[in-house]
Amino acid sequence: MEQPLVIVSTSPHVRSPRTTRGVMLDVCAALLPALAASVWHFGARAFLLALVSVGSCVAFEALSRIVMKRPQSVGDCSAIVTGLLLAFNLPPALPLWMVPIGALVAIVIVKQLFGGIGQNFANPAITARIVLLLSFPAAMTGWSAPCGVDAIASATPLKVLGEVLASRPSDFSPGDFPSLLQMLLGQRGGSLGETCAAALLLGGLYLCIRKVITPLIPLCYIGVVALCSFFYTGSPVLMLYELLGGGLLLGAVFMATDYSTSPVTRWGKVIFAVGCGLLTCLIRFFGNMPEGVSFAILLMNLLSPHIENLTAPKAFGKEKRHAKA
Amino acid sequence: MSRGIKIKHHKNTHALQAVRIGHCGMVTLLMRQGIGAPCVPCVTPGERVLAGQLVGEAQAPLAAPVHASVSGTVKKIDTVRLPTGEDVQAVVVESDGQMEFYPFQAPAVHSREAFLAAVRDSGLVGLGGAGFPTHAKLRSAAGEADILLVNASECEPYITTDHREALDRSADIIAGIQHICRWLQIREAVIGIEDNKSDAISLLKGLCWQNNTPELRLRTGVLPSRYPQGAEKIFIHTLTKRVVPLGKLPSAVGALVMNVASVSFLGRYFRTGRPLISRTVTVDGGAVPHPMNVRVPIGISVGELLKDKRIGFHLEHASDSAPLATKIIMGGPMMGVAGPDYSAVISKCNNSVILFNSSEARLKPESACIRCGRCVAVCPMRLQPLKLEKAWQARSAQDLRQLNAMGCMECGCCSYACPAGRELVQRIRLGKKFLRDQQTKGGA
Repeated sequence: MEQPLVIVSTSPHVRSPRTTRGVMLDVCAALLPALAASVWHFGARAFLLALVSVGSCVAFEALSRIVMKRPQSVGDCSAIVTGLLLAFNLPPALPLWMVPIGALVAIVIVKQLFGGIGQNFANPAITARIVLLLSFPAAMTGWSAPCGVDAIASATPLKVLGEVLASRPSDFSPGDFPSLLQMLLGQRGGSLGETCAAALLLGGLYLCIRKVITPLIPLCYIGVVALCSFFYTGSPVLMLYELLGGGLLLGAVFMATDYSTSPVTRWGKVIFAVGCGLLTCLIRFFGNMPEGVSFAILLMNLLSPHIENLTAPKAFGKEKRHAKA
Repeated sequence: MSRGIKIKHHKNTHALQAVRIGHCGMVTLLMRQGIGAPCVPCVTPGERVLAGQLVGEAQAPLAAPVHASVSGTVKKIDTVRLPTGEDVQAVVVESDGQMEFYPFQAPAVHSREAFLAAVRDSGLVGLGGAGFPTHAKLRSAAGEADILLVNASECEPYITTDHREALDRSADIIAGIQHICRWLQIREAVIGIEDNKSDAISLLKGLCWQNNTPELRLRTGVLPSRYPQGAEKIFIHTLTKRVVPLGKLPSAVGALVMNVASVSFLGRYFRTGRPLISRTVTVDGGAVPHPMNVRVPIGISVGELLKDKRIGFHLEHASDSAPLATKIIMGGPMMGVAGPDYSAVISKCNNSVILFNSSEARLKPESACIRCGRCVAVCPMRLQPLKLEKAWQARSAQDLRQLNAMGCMECGCCSYACPAGRELVQRIRLGKKFLRDQQTKGGA
């Protein structure tokens, strides 16, 4: 192809240097600390799991575009993000052959069949996690202990906490739990990438500084969970366990902020995040599952288009005319 | 304004006083420059004209007359195609190099009518870019406006003509404000300027303070440097907190907004009587070796302008196979119009020529919308560009109307901010045209 001599196009003639790929690579970079933490806690198997997950997501993305005879989109790196997030939602000991099944659900069914990037109505990684959880309940809840920590081997702190709260809250003794510092560093049972709160917060901070996300959704989500937990458990320490435990930070920072499945409007983001927080607490405290982040986000994903329509910004100058009329 | 975009300023020429262009062989005087009805040529080929002599009569109310910008001979009356694709009649004058002026004198003004007539005869249109005939704007503001807002924000990258106007002709600006406010009975005037022009701010602040009287309160309003700060409705809102209703003009909230160069021109015009025949233009962009501000006769072509040796742009080496610049933009990079070659002419409302090199001109490839919401976050009119784009693609007049497509001022922030390189404002523009066409069809 010959280079055009003089380019004629309509304004604007300058564009921001940010690209879709740049945004996705920023998210990958933000996920790296948590990945490193999971390798530290769960060993090389965590890395292997992430590798298989990313690899199968990228392969499914490329394949589905070829089969659907659509322009190849694997270069936008969004499949890498989905792969990492899917891996982060899996228990470290999950049999490897189950991972591509999750990738198939995430990339082919949730994302590509609905039109590819930006068109999916639900978060691919979360949907895949839920499908795997319902298909292989035992494997998906077989938590292995972090290396070198003789903490509770098979149950996540949140599960223990739930059982304690359900029976007799006064029975709570901190000895049953990893310390708050251990919770912050991720030395506890749980999914691959959800345990190390410090790494997740670091990633979130990076995303905010790089302006990939606004802090609105994470802050509202975590804030609502904090408030509800404080009033339900009546103890600031237990509240902290609720915040650091389970998949809350991973969900609030990386999953609920997914562009495609959260509202684009400012107030829409607030309502969406508050809804996620309330649903998470309802499931955690009154449901029969220890964890509610995935289901909460999935349910709010479905409401997202309606929230967005209800919170459409008023055009500048529109209010005034209404006031006069 | 919390919305809009932060954009690299590229104000490379802010320290360079405008220099007069060396020579000019030919000028093409367009009969319509900016908004309004075209003028009617009142000279014939072969006739000798003097600089400042009337060559195009404004017969419609919404038009400003056109004057010869050089002395010389009328070569022909031609039809010229503008970079926007429109065809406009033009009087082509070959310069004799003498620059002999038509005898003019300062207009004597004793009434508002005489003032408005004098403004009309000056040929002035808004020099900031849109080119609305100034006398028509002043007439509609008379009795309606209680505040004059002088726009020196200059939020487009590269352009520094307003900045230079404020620095080099500040006395004319104050004189212009005094004339306008006197005849329109306006008692308050604010010069709005972005905070990246600190030298001009301190100069104007001093002058405003000196000339502040109980009859005319004068002040300088400092605005954050954020594009599109200079857009009329945003400008009014930042300075006065008044919100112009959607689809209405600034006069609806009692504001009269004028570009600083227009005000300054009026200050000079009422002193000398010399009509609008020249203007300052910023020449910049990656393909320009020595960016500068030049004072050029109206109607000079870009090619002629670039022959000035000081710019260092060796147009004589340009050929069809190596055009030197990859994009030729008339106006700023955010809202200017790109032309196919160097033949475009400088009109009254043209404040810059930006020449991009091949890397600056490279187009961002377009990919699928990722719904990141940046376009919504940056839209100064608080619209939802991603939904407007879809509404246009679906050709849904109902959706376009409901999403207030006509409220879009086409500032381009959405397209700028989009990581997927979506042509958002371009499609909204088409959507607006679609709505206008539907309306005329419905009316007929």
